[in-house]
Amino acid sequence: MNVTKTLDATGLACPMPIVKTKKAMKDIEAGDVLEIQATDQGAKADLTAWAKSGGHELLQTEEDNGVFKFWIKKGE
Amino acid sequence: MTVKNMTVKEITNKVLNNEELFLLDVRTEDAYQDWKIEGKNFSYLNVPYFDLLDGVEEIVDQLPKDSEISVVCAKGGSSQMVAEMLDEEGFENVYSVEGGMKAWSEHLEPIKISDLKDGGELYQFVRIGKGCLSYMVVSNEEAAIIDSTRMTDVYVDFAKKLGVKITNVFDTHLHADHISGGRTIAELTGATYWLPPEDAGEVTFEYKPLRDGDNVTVGNTNIDINALYSPGHTKGSTSFVVDDQYLMTGDILFIDSIGRPDLAGKADDWVMDLRETLYTRYKDLSDELIVLPAHFMIMEELNEDGTVAEKLGTLFEKNHGLNIDNQDEFRKMVTEDLPPQPNAYQEIRETNMGKINPENEEQREMEIGPNRCAVR
Repeated sequence: MNVTKTLDATGLACPMPIVKTKKAMKDIEAGDVLEIQATDQGAKADLTAWAKSGGHELLQTEEDNGVFKFWIKKGE
Repeated sequence: MTVKNMTVKEITNKVLNNEELFLLDVRTEDAYQDWKIEGKNFSYLNVPYFDLLDGVEEIVDQLPKDSEISVVCAKGGSSQMVAEMLDEEGFENVYSVEGGMKAWSEHLEPIKISDLKDGGELYQFVRIGKGCLSYMVVSNEEAAIIDSTRMTDVYVDFAKKLGVKITNVFDTHLHADHISGGRTIAELTGATYWLPPEDAGEVTFEYKPLRDGDNVTVGNTNIDINALYSPGHTKGSTSFVVDDQYLMTGDILFIDSIGRPDLAGKADDWVMDLRETLYTRYKDLSDELIVLPAHFMIMEELNEDGTVAEKLGTLFEKNHGLNIDNQDEFRKMVTEDLPPQPNAYQEIRETNMGKINPENEEQREMEIGPNRCAVR
């Protein structure tokens, strides 16, 4: 996967992972992929719902040693 | 600008007093649909916080101008952000629910059910957000706890305040919807931890087996706790008759529903056990016994004082699950079209067996959501 930008949101509590994700999305182009790393347990459901409502595509998620990784493709 | 917090204790009081409150729930739609703060006179609006990051203008028309608004999220972070935004928009009575749904899930409200013989007392601990009920029987400076939650400090502190020593801890069955605090309380206080052996086959720790007909005395004035084997929700489910007046039914019989037999994976095997318990064993008991269940599912099951308790005779008249004459119809009701199973129920069972030992934070996550132990 071609990751355009990586966002480290580890250690941040809700709502910050989404606030930062939203901001980071503004810096990339439609079709680009943003990788997000977060440790907040709620991030998964929230990012999934947020991506859907914003017209972005959640490509993949992964959990590695308590760190959740998300890859979101920016929508048009 | 910091907005005011509203504690879950304050919300509990509003629920119990049937007060009005406007709740702006900023979790995802799925989370909201699954489980929310229930109050008879509460009104609701659900808009996820991430749809409000650019401003709250779009929802201001849907919010009351003059009455209290409480914003709630999962843990209290996002609700604070949204509450601050509303405050800046000129809403004056905006609060953020401190600790969010997590705190709501964990709040225990101790309510006195009644005095017992010779100066004893019986308390019901209402876990209002999750619908779990646990009990403390107090007599002569001793206390017994039944079906405790993992918020063990609450019971230990409460006993300390009453000046009583916790000597016996019971679980009516191996729980699948919440993590039991029984073992921890027993370790902290030196109390005996009793479990029905049919549910405890796989547990990894010491416990005292509780069998049909066993009699445990609290204090020296004979507040008897009589074990009554009542399988059906689990193989080992055991009820207690306390002080000859109260019937603690665990997850077998609730006020407006009955226990489901499938959470330990044996619905078909246990249907007839459940029927036998409800329609024969309980039928033989006095109608005057007051039923004290381990759960409630809907706010209508709460009495005016916030307790969950009803005469067995009344339940035999009004509870649909006790009034199905046809066996096949009964089987169908408790095995087909069951509600979804509680969140992480397998992991919760394994935790209660001592097989896994999740961190505190993980235990909280496992318990998210309503209890779902019943069929109506």
